[in-house]
Amino acid sequence: MSAEGKTAPDKPGTVKLADEFAASGVGPVLQQLDDELIGLAPVKQRIREIAALLLVDRVRSKFGVASEAPTLHMSFTGNPGTGKTTVAMRMAEILHKLGYVRRGHLIAVTRDDLVGQYIGHTAPKTKEVLKKAMGGVLFIDEAYYLYRQENERDYGQEAIEILLQVMENNRDDLVVILAGYADKMDRFFRSNPGFRSRVAHHIDFPDYTDGDLLAIGEKMLASLNYRLSAGAREALAEYIPLRRAQPLFANARSIRNALDRARLRQANRLFAERDRELTLEAITTIEAEDIRGSRVFQSADRAIAPSSPRRP
Amino acid sequence: MRITQGCFSFLPDLTDDQILTQIQYCIDNGWAVNLEFTDDPHPRNTYWEMWGLPMFDLRDAKGVLMELDACRKVYGDRYIRLSAFDSSHGWESVRISFIVNRPKNEDGFRLDRTEAHGRVQRYATRAYAADKPEGKRYA
Repeated sequence: MSAEGKTAPDKPGTVKLADEFAASGVGPVLQQLDDELIGLAPVKQRIREIAALLLVDRVRSKFGVASEAPTLHMSFTGNPGTGKTTVAMRMAEILHKLGYVRRGHLIAVTRDDLVGQYIGHTAPKTKEVLKKAMGGVLFIDEAYYLYRQENERDYGQEAIEILLQVMENNRDDLVVILAGYADKMDRFFRSNPGFRSRVAHHIDFPDYTDGDLLAIGEKMLASLNYRLSAGAREALAEYIPLRRAQPLFANARSIRNALDRARLRQANRLFAERDRELTLEAITTIEAEDIRGSRVFQSADRAIAPSSPRRP
Repeated sequence: MRITQGCFSFLPDLTDDQILTQIQYCIDNGWAVNLEFTDDPHPRNTYWEMWGLPMFDLRDAKGVLMELDACRKVYGDRYIRLSAFDSSHGWESVRISFIVNRPKNEDGFRLDRTEAHGRVQRYATRAYAADKPEGKRYA
């Protein structure tokens, strides 16, 4: 009833960050990020920093200290298969838990979804995507394709202008994450200075080490209810540096493809001896020969580059 | 004369924040949100023109508000209403509809009386605005 009664809960005397952290529910998400994503130390570091900033901002607003919402548009650069999309997905969840975006959904688009095919087609298309992304995260994969230097009449420019405008005006409605390979993104930012200044966080995804990739491979298999035998583990550890030396190496994606083919070979091997009684162990274990069947090993023996590097 | 059609029409005009909350309610219920505009305010005029397509795949009300702002920019001098269609089985109809934009001056309606057979009187309401051609009514 009294005036004191009204103001007291608004401005607390002290706030414990730990309580605030627990209440936000972001702890488990960060923990999950740590557990499920192998390597990527600089990325995790930056995400933790952003989470801390948002948390402190929340406390500040509890005390009534005004602070403008920080710009959180990001650019993820890194080689193929370094986990950019996966992290973007987590980012949406983290930002939602911290109350920075209202819904926490992720809309992943590429040039095709934003740029139209004829005059007047681009603006509605881009706006449609932006409308859908409101309250969440817009993830633009291979963002550098939006800008085609060689064609000055390319409609991509129009999409860029609309994007920039929305990134500026609707800063608290959506977070835009641009992703792409480092060198091409650099060129993209150089030719679109507006983007560079509106993107506050440039996060570089480092390549995985061989050890990381092995761990990732095992994790992938575990999620599919497979496991590697001791010999297969050794074979995979040998496979990774060999594959890395070949062209078109795409980090975790290459490993996933290699494991998919290993599963194929395993199924084939089991099928070849179809009269045998199978145990659960037999059908869930990838053996060394499944991995060593890869062409990567053969071409390494012959020490020549493979003729079609897409299917090593 | 202020016309009263749809929900909330006896309340003061909704602010954008209030509109946003209403839209979010519709979206959370899975209804498709539509924007319609007209410059013929007659209550029996059910054929309002649509602004764009129904918005059925949005997650956040802000996206609809963007469209509403765009519509206001072009047709700010007309009536704009927002309706939400529930496509779920058994409903399949508009669940909510309210006016989100009005012309600056609402002229109101004239009552026309016509003598019919005998001493019977026929009544008709006619919007003063409707005397002018379409598109020039509230300019």
